[in-house]
Amino acid sequence: MLYQLFLTLISGIFIGGVAGYLGTLMLSKKMSVVAGPLAHLALPGVALALICGFSISLGAFPFVILGAILIWILEKKTKLPMENLSAIIFASGVGIALLILPIGEAEEALVGNITKITLPETLITVLLSLAVFCVVKKIYKKMMLMSVYEDLATVEGVNISLYNLLYLLSIAVVVALGVYLVGGLITAALIAIPSASAKNVSKGLLSYKISAVIFGITSAVIGIVIARFTQFPTGPLVIITNVVLFLISIIFRRKSLDID
Amino acid sequence: MDNILEVENLDIDLDGEKILENLSFKVKQGEILTILGPNGAGKSVLLKALLGFLPHKGVIRWSQKPKIGYLPQGLNQLRAKDLPLTVQDFFSLKNILPTNKEIEKYLSLVGLKGGILFKKAGSLSGGQFQRMLVAWVLISHPDVIFFDEPTTGIDIGGGETIYSLLHNIWEKENLTIFLVTHDLSIVYKHSTNVLCLSRKGHYCFGAPKETLNQKTLKQIFGTEIKLYEHH
Repeated sequence: MLYQLFLTLISGIFIGGVAGYLGTLMLSKKMSVVAGPLAHLALPGVALALICGFSISLGAFPFVILGAILIWILEKKTKLPMENLSAIIFASGVGIALLILPIGEAEEALVGNITKITLPETLITVLLSLAVFCVVKKIYKKMMLMSVYEDLATVEGVNISLYNLLYLLSIAVVVALGVYLVGGLITAALIAIPSASAKNVSKGLLSYKISAVIFGITSAVIGIVIARFTQFPTGPLVIITNVVLFLISIIFRRKSLDID
Repeated sequence: MDNILEVENLDIDLDGEKILENLSFKVKQGEILTILGPNGAGKSVLLKALLGFLPHKGVIRWSQKPKIGYLPQGLNQLRAKDLPLTVQDFFSLKNILPTNKEIEKYLSLVGLKGGILFKKAGSLSGGQFQRMLVAWVLISHPDVIFFDEPTTGIDIGGGETIYSLLHNIWEKENLTIFLVTHDLSIVYKHSTNVLCLSRKGHYCFGAPKETLNQKTLKQIFGTEIKLYEHH
């Protein structure tokens, strides 16, 4: 049992950390809500997997990645905000799936179950999290410059289209991983909330990134540990821990503003 | 001196509307070209086309690939206010990471104190923010600088400071500057050539004293402009 708790904590720490880190970039680009729709996009894949009897992760990944690529192509063609395009992709994905697939059964993909994670799954989680972390670290500053003003990034020689693709794929991998392991709802919370708490307490870029990662990891660990010793499910506890940390961060925000 | 830029018969259409038509001019290395014209005449569009951001017909020929610095119009704090960036973070977004010492040097060049380095960029006043951006552009030592109304939001004295600062750096470093401004006195004081654009497609190009007079200004702006020459 202790071994299982160990695996759960390891994957929780990595997913929580990388989701918090990626979330800081998404908040700066006003895309925090995008993880939710993308997670729902996994539903048709999960339903397909249930019908055909193959692994749920094999169903979830292609659909979420495909969704991210479609958003990327549509953004290039239409220049609409990515956040808006995610809503369109999400709606069409779920709409089509509802017509042909038993999507109701796939709903459990939204809550997931990290407490039954196996060793290979933990290893894959760690590797994918590290890969996404490296990609995000690589594109971070230029993505930030693009949020300030896209033309400034172009003058600095940034290949905007490539950076956007890497960015969207990073989101897709974290979301797909999250859907499979901890459920889509929790992934969305792990992306959106730590960055908001971090923004409240930090003044500069470095403390923003570091505190988001710490908030992400802390909430995952506290949620998992409390779940282990109570009757409550892990996912909701992780979310609630996140919300509590966010509320505490508001108090600290007030204080730091007074000092300014 | 050689031409650093040659533009021939430039046409730019945006959303089916002709913005610029059959525009030709040349810029030599080390010149300051001021681009003048009313709102909507295509000044910013021209800068973006020269930067290679916009599709166009005709020729835009740079003699070599210049290292360009660009200060876009209306890059106000609204966007930056949302981001948790200090002034130092803002400079760290550049390709080549400047040291704190360099940043402080350039901040003091534009009249800012080094103490703002760790302040949130979003908490600067409009004028301070604009000065910081000028320093941000200059710190990379560009050969060619595009300034799209660089003194927007800066008070009168501050605007003068920025322009004389630009003038000083220009004299020292053999810079080529493209400047969009509405300030006619700047045109006389600081520019080698002036390029005027109007919404009706009247263009003029040449040295300010020979090119600008009541008649051309009326053609460009469509109304009488009082002209105070500065020598």
